[in-house]
Amino acid sequence: MAKLDLKIFNGGDKSTWCPGCGDFGILAAIKQALPGIGVAPHQVMLVSGIGCGSKLPHYMRANGFNSLHGRALPVAQGIKLANHALKVIAVTGDGDGYGIGMGHFMHLARRNVDITHIVENNQVYGLTKGQYSPTSERGYISSFSPEGALEYAVNPILLAVAGGATFVARGFAGDVKQLVWLIQQAVQHPGYALIDVLQPCVTYNKINTYEWYRARVYKVDEEPGYDASRRDLAFAKAQEWGDKIPTGIIYREVGRPTYEEQVTALKAGPLVSQPLDGRLADYEALKNEFI
Amino acid sequence: MPRNRMTIMVGGEAGQGVESGGAGFAKALARGGLHVFGLPDFMSRIRGGHNFYLVRVAEEPLWAHEDDVHLLLAFNRDTVDLHLHEVVPGGGIIHDSAVKVDPALLAKRGVQDFEMPLVKIAEEIGGHRIMMNTAAIGATAGITGYEFERVADIILTNFKRKGQEIAENNLKVARHAYDLAAERYSGSFDWKLAQVPGAPQRMLINGNQALAMGALAAGCRFISTYPMTPASSITEWLAAHAAKFGIVQKQVEDETAALLMAIGAAHAGVRAMTATSGGGFCLMVEALGLAGMTETPVVIVDAQRGGPSTGLPTRTEQSDLEFVLHASHGEFPRLVLAPGTIEQCFSSGFRAFNLAEKYQTPVIMLTDLHLAFATRTIDKDALDFRSLKIDRGELVPWEALNGQADGYQRHRVTESGISPRVLPGSEQAIYITTGDEHTSYGFITEDANERVQQMDKRMRKLEVAKRDMEPPIWYGPEEAEVTLVGWGSSYGALREATDLLNAAGVKTNFLQFLDIFPLDEALVTAELGRIRRMVVVEQNYTGQLANVLRVYSGRKADALLTKYDGRAFSARWVAERVKATVGVTVHA
Repeated sequence: MAKLDLKIFNGGDKSTWCPGCGDFGILAAIKQALPGIGVAPHQVMLVSGIGCGSKLPHYMRANGFNSLHGRALPVAQGIKLANHALKVIAVTGDGDGYGIGMGHFMHLARRNVDITHIVENNQVYGLTKGQYSPTSERGYISSFSPEGALEYAVNPILLAVAGGATFVARGFAGDVKQLVWLIQQAVQHPGYALIDVLQPCVTYNKINTYEWYRARVYKVDEEPGYDASRRDLAFAKAQEWGDKIPTGIIYREVGRPTYEEQVTALKAGPLVSQPLDGRLADYEALKNEFI
Repeated sequence: MPRNRMTIMVGGEAGQGVESGGAGFAKALARGGLHVFGLPDFMSRIRGGHNFYLVRVAEEPLWAHEDDVHLLLAFNRDTVDLHLHEVVPGGGIIHDSAVKVDPALLAKRGVQDFEMPLVKIAEEIGGHRIMMNTAAIGATAGITGYEFERVADIILTNFKRKGQEIAENNLKVARHAYDLAAERYSGSFDWKLAQVPGAPQRMLINGNQALAMGALAAGCRFISTYPMTPASSITEWLAAHAAKFGIVQKQVEDETAALLMAIGAAHAGVRAMTATSGGGFCLMVEALGLAGMTETPVVIVDAQRGGPSTGLPTRTEQSDLEFVLHASHGEFPRLVLAPGTIEQCFSSGFRAFNLAEKYQTPVIMLTDLHLAFATRTIDKDALDFRSLKIDRGELVPWEALNGQADGYQRHRVTESGISPRVLPGSEQAIYITTGDEHTSYGFITEDANERVQQMDKRMRKLEVAKRDMEPPIWYGPEEAEVTLVGWGSSYGALREATDLLNAAGVKTNFLQFLDIFPLDEALVTAELGRIRRMVVVEQNYTGQLANVLRVYSGRKADALLTKYDGRAFSARWVAERVKATVGVTVHA
């Protein structure tokens, strides 16, 4: 695969993110990862939800569809099924992806549509000014939880493995090098690929900071004996959180067909490339069903 | 002796073969050259309860069901109790010997008792009691004198899939019941049926099927839906033809996802739709606004049923009109089509996709359960695929792009409001769009000037679209004392009611609103201005079309005739009520 110019994805609108936002690391990683595996901007469709992180498609040069809060995944699936020649990358936040979008997330996982899903998980609602999110720690104090959040945090890695996702990874916005590699692996993985990215919110989340994460993250691929193809190990690894937080590819299943590979209509090529008409005789014959 | 002019009702529990029996006999009549109107009426349950199927037959085209029943096939006692009052004097009830009917009750109404050993025939001749409905169909044909070859033909067609032996056993059952019923009862029953030699082949088809065919012909190749009565059979029909025609049919997790997925597919360039009922449309409301804002051409069917909430899941209503006109927050252009006949379901099913792409905005088709499920015979030529022309509007092919690269403006401000559209994937036009207010390039903006420009541009599309809307359709004499105004599935009943009223000496015509939004105010005001006494007839409580017409024309209805019991209008029901205000008796 020919590598492309690393600057090819530069462009788009001026960013509105706070200085130091973890989203900058994620954006940089996407822009580096894609040329490295020979993917050009016109071949990419970035589909996002709503939130700080979901503005990401505006800040680079690629096709984008910035949809609704929590609703990126169904739009992304529609695009992929209509044109599976496109590399579809969904970008959502944690409130977006695991709150409103939770149902869509679980159903996409079991469907295995070939979509890379990058979640900018900062464990807080940023754009609405600091309320607790589905991944905020229990006890997290915010304007909507002045006495501390009563719920336990969503564990997206565990849910994804349980839900049937064929590629489940965790990255850290402070480690762009690893993130580039994860994105390349995810985009090249045939099927649904989740990358949950630990992304510090420098303005609202004073707990889960760069320093907090740096003291805890480690790479599972450097751990002797860890085999990401084993679901039992993945289940155990997915439950690690606290003093040690695993990053890297937690689970990868090779060989499961993608959803679109199994759809009869798509065997002739991308749906969008197929002719709309020219079936008059076949249409006319349909009338006989009713006679 | 009335020939080829009667209504047969098949009634029983869910699971007794009411629908298959009714639909089967209707098809046998249609194949015999007769015109048929078939009305299924069923409950929201899989077994038990009470279902019925009405088959009205005539030699001329039929537009609606009628209230009178001439022959009642009662598969259980409930059917007799519930429907005896609808059977006309001289009519008859076919029932199995085990269904005990009080002869005095029948005699009081002058209805004949056509007791038949249906189950016994099914068991002894066919080998299984399940063939009881076949026996009943055979008996119906025997009593009415309808040619047995037509019944035999339909039995062979329907049971072919189940194997030769089953088909032949059913045939024997039907023949036995036919002969016995003919011998015992045909002499005393006045209503007779006979095939019409030389009649053209006709389809017996319902609104959902016609709409799905129209969509297919329009090049719809993507349908994402969540099952919901009465919309599901649109998906089912397209699913059954998906492999042959290359359709991606996707059942999704909820209706929100259904519309969003269709939006994604449409954005990528495929003609895409979703279909649901009012409750499912509620979940789509959020995505509807997204389609409007991102200028995505997507088609949505709302096959209405009784609401609110779960409402009357298997009953008909026209109560979503104002909802779909205003659904979703904010303001954006949408087109609303409301076909009222099988033919209009087909043409609207096709047109919706051209309109969606031409105006790059959502198109909503409002139908209802009655239109979705009731079947009617139509000539084969009534659905004309040859006359349909796919028009993708201002879709710029990739080959026509000259290195626009990052200069392409997806939401370019134009006079018509329509921005030339390029499908994503070209090196020459890399772009973004968003549900946020955006610049012409699709980038998020909060700039006041950009906002106004984009808002004006989007809303301007409605001004242009008005010219593409079908004007309301008149039926009946040009000059009239009374004008019935309606929309949607009531077309048939209102058309026949118009005839009944004129026959009764009340000069009446009928105005059907086909495309409901955007309305051309001048045109509507002029049309309504021709009306002396405006009676708006709707299947809802509040008179939603009447409200809309008043807003857009200032004309207030003189009378409002509404019904919200979940049952379709009949012509006589409408005519009697219109007449009640004048004091003339109407004979249907």
